[in-house]
Amino acid sequence: MKETKNYWKGLEELREDESFVAQRDKEFPEYLPINESGDGTSAEDGSRRDFLKLMGFGIAAASLAACEAPVRKAVPYVKKPVNVDPGKANYYASTVFDGENYASVLVKTREGRPIHVEGNALSTVNGKGTNPQVSASLLNLYDSSRLKSFQKKGADISKSAADKEIIAALKASQNIRIVSNTIISPSTKQVIADFVAAYPGTKHVQYDPISFSALREANGGLIPSYKFDQAKTIVSFSADFLSTWLSPIEFAGQYAKNRKLKKGVSEMSRHYQFETALSLTGSNADYRTPVKPSEEAGYVVELYNQIAKATGASTYKSGVSKVDKSIASAAKDLLATKGASIVVSSSNDVAVQTIVAKINELLGNNGATLDFDAPCNLKQGNDTDLTTFASDVKAGSVDAVIFYGANPAYDSAVASELTSSLSKVKTKISFADRVDETASLVDYICSDLNSFESWGDAEPYVGNFSLIQPTITPIFKGIRSAQESLLTWSGNTTSYLDYVKSYWKTNFFSSDSSQVIFSSFWDKVLQDGVYVGKTATVVETTATEEGVEEEVVESNGMSVDSAAARIVKTYKSTGGLELVLTVNNTMGNGGYANNVWLHELPDPVSKVCWDNYLALSAADATALKLNEFDVAKVEVGGAIVQVPVLVQPGQAKGTGAIALGYGRTKAGNVTEKLKSKDDSFIKNATGVNASGENAIGANVYPFAKVINGNVSFVVGDANVTNAGTTHQLARTQTHQTIMARAVVQEATLAEYKASPDAGRVYPLIHTSKGAQKPNEVDIWAAPASSTKAEYEENKKNGVSEEVVTHVHPNHHWGLVIDLNSCIGCSACTVSCHVENNVPVVGKDEVLRKRDMHWLRIDRYYASQPELDADNKTDAKKAGYQALETPAYNPEVVFQPMMCQHCNHAPCETVCPVAATTHSSEGLNQMAYNRCIGTRYCANNCPFKVRRFNWFNYSDNGVSDREFGAVNTPSNDDLGKMVLNPDVTVRARGVMEKCSMCVQRIQAGKLEAKANGRKVQDGDVVTACASVCPTEAIVFGDMNDPKSRISQVMTEENKDRNFQVLEEINVKPNVSYLTKIRNKA
Amino acid sequence: MQVTSHVRPPLVTGGKTYHDITEDVCKQVEAKPNMRWGMAFAASLITLFVGGMAIYRLFFYGIGEWGLEKTVGWAWDITNFVWWVGIGHAGTLISAVLLLFRQKWRTSINRAAEAMTIFAVICALMFPVMHMGRPWLGFYWALPLPNAFGSLWVNFNSPLLWDVFAISTYFLVSLVFWYIGLIPDFATVRDRATSKVSKIAYGALSFGWDGAARTWQRYEAVSLILAGVATPLVLSVHTIVSMDFATSVVPGWHTTIFPPYFVAGAIFSGFAMVLTLMLVTRVVFKLEDYITINHIESMNKVITTTGSIVGIAYITEFFIAAYSGVEYESYCFINRATGPYAWAYWIMMSCNVLSPQFFWFKKIRTSIVATFILSIIVNIGMWFERFVIIVTSLHRDYLPSSWTYFHPTIVDVGTYIFTFGLFFTLFFLFAKFFPVINMAEVKSVLKSSSDKK
Repeated sequence: MKETKNYWKGLEELREDESFVAQRDKEFPEYLPINESGDGTSAEDGSRRDFLKLMGFGIAAASLAACEAPVRKAVPYVKKPVNVDPGKANYYASTVFDGENYASVLVKTREGRPIHVEGNALSTVNGKGTNPQVSASLLNLYDSSRLKSFQKKGADISKSAADKEIIAALKASQNIRIVSNTIISPSTKQVIADFVAAYPGTKHVQYDPISFSALREANGGLIPSYKFDQAKTIVSFSADFLSTWLSPIEFAGQYAKNRKLKKGVSEMSRHYQFETALSLTGSNADYRTPVKPSEEAGYVVELYNQIAKATGASTYKSGVSKVDKSIASAAKDLLATKGASIVVSSSNDVAVQTIVAKINELLGNNGATLDFDAPCNLKQGNDTDLTTFASDVKAGSVDAVIFYGANPAYDSAVASELTSSLSKVKTKISFADRVDETASLVDYICSDLNSFESWGDAEPYVGNFSLIQPTITPIFKGIRSAQESLLTWSGNTTSYLDYVKSYWKTNFFSSDSSQVIFSSFWDKVLQDGVYVGKTATVVETTATEEGVEEEVVESNGMSVDSAAARIVKTYKSTGGLELVLTVNNTMGNGGYANNVWLHELPDPVSKVCWDNYLALSAADATALKLNEFDVAKVEVGGAIVQVPVLVQPGQAKGTGAIALGYGRTKAGNVTEKLKSKDDSFIKNATGVNASGENAIGANVYPFAKVINGNVSFVVGDANVTNAGTTHQLARTQTHQTIMARAVVQEATLAEYKASPDAGRVYPLIHTSKGAQKPNEVDIWAAPASSTKAEYEENKKNGVSEEVVTHVHPNHHWGLVIDLNSCIGCSACTVSCHVENNVPVVGKDEVLRKRDMHWLRIDRYYASQPELDADNKTDAKKAGYQALETPAYNPEVVFQPMMCQHCNHAPCETVCPVAATTHSSEGLNQMAYNRCIGTRYCANNCPFKVRRFNWFNYSDNGVSDREFGAVNTPSNDDLGKMVLNPDVTVRARGVMEKCSMCVQRIQAGKLEAKANGRKVQDGDVVTACASVCPTEAIVFGDMNDPKSRISQVMTEENKDRNFQVLEEINVKPNVSYLTKIRNKA
Repeated sequence: MQVTSHVRPPLVTGGKTYHDITEDVCKQVEAKPNMRWGMAFAASLITLFVGGMAIYRLFFYGIGEWGLEKTVGWAWDITNFVWWVGIGHAGTLISAVLLLFRQKWRTSINRAAEAMTIFAVICALMFPVMHMGRPWLGFYWALPLPNAFGSLWVNFNSPLLWDVFAISTYFLVSLVFWYIGLIPDFATVRDRATSKVSKIAYGALSFGWDGAARTWQRYEAVSLILAGVATPLVLSVHTIVSMDFATSVVPGWHTTIFPPYFVAGAIFSGFAMVLTLMLVTRVVFKLEDYITINHIESMNKVITTTGSIVGIAYITEFFIAAYSGVEYESYCFINRATGPYAWAYWIMMSCNVLSPQFFWFKKIRTSIVATFILSIIVNIGMWFERFVIIVTSLHRDYLPSSWTYFHPTIVDVGTYIFTFGLFFTLFFLFAKFFPVINMAEVKSVLKSSSDKK
């Protein structure tokens, strides 16, 4: 039927306007403003469907918004500070000096908060390196135990009121003492000098908890600078110079420089260590000899005799009946490398140090490897001054005392004496940042600022300066810098910043011609952080001047004759268990007792964290009927300490060792929390020591003795009995030997010289085609190459994208770790912890083997069959039981182990939800938000580097699982300021692991992109590589043939390069260089 | 359809009539719960609640409540999972495989065995969810569901995902098979019901069963089809569960022998569990005439066979470890037998390989007490088998630095207890409210074809 009628709605339709026809079929011809991006012409735009979608979204969004969302305080800048761009890090040069460790550093800040510390490459002292304490010192800034204002007898007091009272009290005082640890800041010394001028009865007493008094005394009042990089032979008597002795970061760098092998470089230093306890340095030695402390001094004399015989000097009786033959070989090597060797000792006995100095002199090392022209300013403490001060206090002849950065009521040999008699001093002031053992005894606590908040300077070596600049405004307004307090009390109203500036202007700028005006000179120094001056200008204050004058006679303080005679007299073995007090690089002298990063960081050698212990050799433990973790009652001269026992390979027979720095009772909230809670979990999570005190570990300073005027940590015979209880020690590594596996591949220098790939193990897989290399056996159609050209070629040839992307078209990130340079110091572990917001989980969790370190350092002891065997197969014949027991004096290897970023990653295939995937740049990535926590990836990881959040370690408010007690960096408000905003804080039930600092890679790529260039080598450095003092860790792009990492892998050390577990062909992006020992 | 021999002894003893069967089975459903049932049920409820406390801690605080650690990421959780899945094998095997093989003796035990399968699989299924770090997301993220996360899909490479499919399929098929079998019996109960509630309840459960020849014919057809579907599942489920281990790189897991070895082990443990339960049920419900000594003997023979297969598998593993020349694998097996977990290994060996050999003696395999004790020993052994495989392989794998020793916590134990509570609660509810013996099928085997009384 034909339609006859024609209805029309409007004239446009009748006329069949073109615009009308175009819109005729649409439901809504006119424009609907629903899809903003559309122009309203196409059919997709503005459809009803879109409207419904938007409406649906609106309803969903409204209902979601109605749910309670946590309030996140992210307040944008109203006025943006200059140079602070949200999301972009700023780096400031500063200095960390805590009395013990010195490092010129770069502080990474984000939005005004310091969040990471790295070494300052411009520094000639520590360079890029740090150590665990320097990296972890950042957490002290955000420590909620810090005092927020001045205190008078426990109550807050305003600065002005305190000043008034203190000035009045000081004016009334005749004898004032300023007690401090070593001060290396020239301007602070000037401040103290000013104070002394204002109060002439003042004496400045410097002491060091770990005293170097004897070394200074034996070298005529100064400590030379050591040049380990120029030493071909190093002999150390208990000096743990890679970890804690004098300037360990610097020495580690120097030491490694002389032990790096590459194509064309096949010489390295030879290192002898004679020591009682197995130290980090001893672990790295080529020859290590366990020596009883009573014989160690005799060994020094024996070494001297051998040298003296060859050089024609007189010899002495050593008092040691049987000397290990390694002394003779050490002497031989020393004599062969005259002028290029170093002998050091950690003894605080002037007699021993005198002999050591004489050995160096006979070897012609003075002026060569020992530089007396730029002496070391570290460790200026004088033991005599300390003991004099203590007896003065006891005699009541001190009217006022100011404790500046020192805690002698805990960390000195006169602690108990001071604690009991300090009340005799009328006015007692402390600059402590918390109510510590000493500060709890004083009248006024005028808290000093944290070093990250303050200005200052430092002169670690004469003529070598660095500046301290604040990287955050002082967090608490009620406190001020100690220097400013001293200035105020001396009647000087200038700020300390102005004071430093004017000090630098008069002392350094005047003699420096590089800059014309002071402000540009100052800015330059501030930016560099370091300054090498023309003249030495250390202001000596009264006390030290007196001390120095007594000793600064050109010759040594003691003749070699009398020294040798005194050694024979002093050191006699009585056959008892000889105890030494050691220092480790996690707790150090105890100053970091509230720093959870350092508590969680295991001792680099024993791998024990959250405790100290009595280290015994296996033979002694058996003889004393003590098992591991049994609590031993240790008694020395009336002082009793209860500590658990650890069987420590390498510990000399007949000796015991306990680390100092533990057992702080007033360190801060980490131990304080215990008092309020009775829950056993929290007690274990933080620490109750073996004596049942609320403290982490046991305090062994009471064992320290003053022998011949110097504080000695060689404390003589200890009476050790079984206390009848046990105290578990938390270890991050629960198996100690390498079981003759080729996980670490090593060789001797001679073997290396014969063949650069000595020690390499090449596994072969037997297939139908015969024995093949693991990487030749592959179920994938392996792409030909990894270059970009090949990638495009592959694509052109139709190789599927999935296969093609197994190559890395742009970057291919990787790490190479030189096991010969790695000394195991663990600076990288802390740096990684800080950078990646890794949770601290506490002792209880570590006991359950749940430490979270993304980067751990595996430490293996050799077992006796391995030491005896020429090659690995022989060792295995001894049986697995024999391989499990470490040798009495084992060889030790350290192997940093983090995610190996396998290109055939076993973890990736097994995740049911694809939460861990591979990037086109070779990274094995974790999508935390996607992870459901099946832990299959961790089980299937051959390297066991994946870490699981068993509980909510951050923001945990649940009462009996309160990780707030230990994980302060992500639980309390102040602690959270240390978190890196670029890295997610992981929730409960999520797997985590090393990301190769993907946030840094991303930042580096963005920076390069903003500058319109490709990423260059060095633009991106991972947190671990950025602090390594020995440059053992090299990070870079393996696709870039010019990058450092490619150079190492393909040119310099091609033959030493190996992948761990090569036989399972997971193709890691992390590889290692063989360890080479310089031994016969 | 059924062909029997003159010489075969009757499968049901005691001269039962068809009516006796109905009476004997239905009286459990219809009568008031007896004292013994009440006490058993109360005990399982208490177990459920005690274990529930562990579950509460687990979900409230996190799976750190278990003793798992950085090196041993799976221990009791997956041990229990595999153990329960293994137990869940017998039901379907008995119903489906034995149906296909025309083993008529299965008729009186298949109902309870299938119920046990279902409940065991429910218990097993709890573990994959509970062991997740974030079960509130994981329980559905592990499924291939369309989502709003972009084109985010599950990882089909992962054996865990295969598990999801394998076990859910097995569970559903078993459930349907079991339920279809129940329908005629529900109808019987419905027809006998006196109370209104029972009438409505069993009426609904029986899906309007009318007992017509056509209905019976369809019922038989469906049973046969489901048996056909279920049979490969018996093999596939544990094959895939074994791939959780076999496809990994962990020495001691990475073994091609796992699929057959796991399936044999599953049948082994499943039959043992069926025996444990049946021996109790026949006494409690006075069903000695239906579950006879012949049943027990047949099942003991299967246990001896599968136990020996498992034993051969253990020895083969050792041979391959030595023959392969792979250092890590060799060590793994030496460590199993002589290392810190040697105690677990030797418990496993003696329970699984040695103890079933006693069934070679007719006296032992026809002794109810000996069978009961050995069935429990076998299940203990099979639990240790999974524990040995999982924990001793993980605790010392490639890098000696990560070697640890696993310690379980009270919550580990509590979780296991919880699943026992759940299993027995469900089983006793089943035993009370459902006909525990398939009346329809037992009636069909009451009289052999030769028996024309």
